[in-house]
Amino acid sequence: MYRMRSWSVRHARWLKALYAAFEFVLRLFGPVFRLIGYERLDKPFAAVEKATKGFFLDSQNCGQCIVGFTGLSCPMNCPKKMRNGPCGGVRADGKCEVDPAMTCVWVLAWEGNKRLRESSYPMQIVQPPVDYRLIGTSAWLREVRRKTGHTGPEVLAANEV
Amino acid sequence: MKFDDEPLIPGEQLPIWPGHDSPGRLERVLRAGCFAVTAEIAPPDSADPEEVYKRAALFDGCVDAINATDGSGAHCHMSSVGMCSLLTRRGYAMVMQVSGRDKNRIAIQGDVLGAAAMGVSSILCLTGDSVEVGDHPGAKPVFDLDCMSMLQMIRGMRDDEQFLSGRKLTSPPRVFLGAAANPFGPPRDYRPHRLAKKVEAGAQFVQTQYCFDIDVFRDYMQAVRDLGVHEKVFILAGVGPLASAKSAEWIRTNVPGVHIPDNVIKRLRGADNQKQEGVNICIDMIHQLQDIEGVHGVHIMAFRQEHRVAEIVERSNVLGGRELWRPGDAADAAPALN
Repeated sequence: MYRMRSWSVRHARWLKALYAAFEFVLRLFGPVFRLIGYERLDKPFAAVEKATKGFFLDSQNCGQCIVGFTGLSCPMNCPKKMRNGPCGGVRADGKCEVDPAMTCVWVLAWEGNKRLRESSYPMQIVQPPVDYRLIGTSAWLREVRRKTGHTGPEVLAANEV
Repeated sequence: MKFDDEPLIPGEQLPIWPGHDSPGRLERVLRAGCFAVTAEIAPPDSADPEEVYKRAALFDGCVDAINATDGSGAHCHMSSVGMCSLLTRRGYAMVMQVSGRDKNRIAIQGDVLGAAAMGVSSILCLTGDSVEVGDHPGAKPVFDLDCMSMLQMIRGMRDDEQFLSGRKLTSPPRVFLGAAANPFGPPRDYRPHRLAKKVEAGAQFVQTQYCFDIDVFRDYMQAVRDLGVHEKVFILAGVGPLASAKSAEWIRTNVPGVHIPDNVIKRLRGADNQKQEGVNICIDMIHQLQDIEGVHGVHIMAFRQEHRVAEIVERSNVLGGRELWRPGDAADAAPALN
């Protein structure tokens, strides 16, 4: 939902903190997830992730989430799927070149980014291209796996290489 | 510029100077600290090579390199690889534009190798206009890479001698890497940071969108200098002649990313000969841009007025007496080849 998306960017700071807390809890369950098997958990996790992030962020479920770097504005809503900043076509009023009804996701990202009040601009980190094999999978689980060291070869998406 | 070590056979590459990444004239001119001039060639809707040669000949002796666009405005034309292949064989210095809109990483890497093999020494990475603005709005938008990941990928091919996959190349593409910049689009306060990010990703030169609003551009350059980015990248400011007040208004409403302030349109409207005034404005812009610290050249986009580029270059004296390479120079210098 577009209105919800704008709201989330306006509240980027505490939403990011909320996610950090959520991820901390998930990481505690890391050994349990490992026992059950990450592959088996991926589908149910992806479904919950899709519902939650879909509601708050209009997430497009790329499976390699970078909203932490984009002020909580999902870059996959950009018609050009730009993951590294705004294109040169943004309209003078900040609306999208392709869809004038929508504010450019990177205009929102820049606002959200300022709200995060972090010392370095996360938007300045060059993001690798999307790995199309990961679309629709759970980015949450992938983060847990990466941070707990339970990585298999398939976890090493473009982001981590 | 014309160099002493120009190849005797047109189309052969120049030697790569120490500290340079490419054999191209554009990199040499910029690194030498000259004020560079590039222009955009109009790609024909035709398979006839003569049309390409004719269009390139309009720039003979007045530009350091020619940009070949890649389906600009999402319209179909002869490909940039095709144009560059034809023109490099005659010795022209080309900037091949690559758009991420139509090709994925497999196609782009193949094109980069092919183009470098054909003598292309500068590549400009673009995300590309969206298909909706072009003549095939129903086409599938690819956008596998954005300009940033494309820059990084090609830099990896050149410096690490490998494909994005990590597979090794036997001979890397020796190319000077460029990007586009729009200092006028929102969010404006992010634009200088975006330039810094492009440099971080591998851009060695940038060509900007039309700079009709000098005041905004000055502020942008101030921010760029504050970040120290002007010392890491060569900035070529975009200029071009407007045909009339009416066309200027059309452009600013319909072409994404072009910002034309009211005073420019007013000046055009007040002129007896609007076409000529468009050229005058362009020349004034060049003079003002030359005075801005950190601007290393101009990029002339004379859409449908390519025949006026020579006049603009001559009247503005932007070359400052530099003598440029012309096709045929090599043949004149070469001993009889038979």
